[in-house]
Amino acid sequence: MMQFIHKYGSPRYYYQWSKGWQKWLSIITVVLLVIGLYQGFFVAPPDYQQGESYRIIFIHVPAAWMSMFVYMVMAFAGIMALVWRIKVAEIVVGECAILGASFTAMALITGMLWGKPMWGTYWVWDARLTSELVLLFLYFGVIALHGAFDDPRTGAKAASILAIVGVINIPIIKYSVEWWNTLHQPATVAKFDKPSMHISMLIPLLIMAVAFKTYFLSLLFMRSRSEVLAREKNASWVKEILKEQS
Amino acid sequence: MKEFFAMGGYAFFVWTSYAIVAFLMIANVVAARMKRKRIFREMQELAEES
Repeated sequence: MMQFIHKYGSPRYYYQWSKGWQKWLSIITVVLLVIGLYQGFFVAPPDYQQGESYRIIFIHVPAAWMSMFVYMVMAFAGIMALVWRIKVAEIVVGECAILGASFTAMALITGMLWGKPMWGTYWVWDARLTSELVLLFLYFGVIALHGAFDDPRTGAKAASILAIVGVINIPIIKYSVEWWNTLHQPATVAKFDKPSMHISMLIPLLIMAVAFKTYFLSLLFMRSRSEVLAREKNASWVKEILKEQS
Repeated sequence: MKEFFAMGGYAFFVWTSYAIVAFLMIANVVAARMKRKRIFREMQELAEES
């Protein structure tokens, strides 16, 4: 197991194996987005209560899921960075924070634009909305700490600690709609019995959710690959890559 | 077609949501490309100096 982690996490080997993944994931993302948007707008019927406004769900829910998923990836990378000092994991913490913050912003903005016509207000300080806003600030904190030190490895260490401590917020977001009385509706898809959503709406939602996931992974690979080169700029294998490029 | 863009009266909310998400997703891709270019440029300069 440790051998596996050190092999795939070594900067040089990571740079090699992630190249193909990045390329294919970005192609898959485009294909899935086209299919998902087509199904979401042209196949799924209007909602019997919310009319056409519910179509925001196809971006709102995937973005909200990603805001939590990316956080878990970031915290897991934080553990690897702290416990095993994996350089690539340190980089992943920083890149996850930037991408996670943008997914959280997407979830909040689309939620506000959906809330206005359905609830009559852009914002309420209820449990789900507030805990998601706290998540955005956690991401900002990780970004700030990651870049706050002259030594990037010290910054990554500090950012990893915040990322791991902040995991406490994730179950709060997830269960906020059950623990407190909120305006936000409870889970429609991710629950133990059958999702209470018609299949023609569920399919585009799940396709969009996978598209957001592959989008995240392809960008994570792209950003972290560049960062690996920057951190390893004195290594001979990086100099060789540079020679090939010029 | 006109009916499609009207979104049953919710055009502003639906299309603004999609526009903002599209903008952020594209901005992320552009930022990642710029990061890559910047790092390659910096390394090139470093190599020329030495």
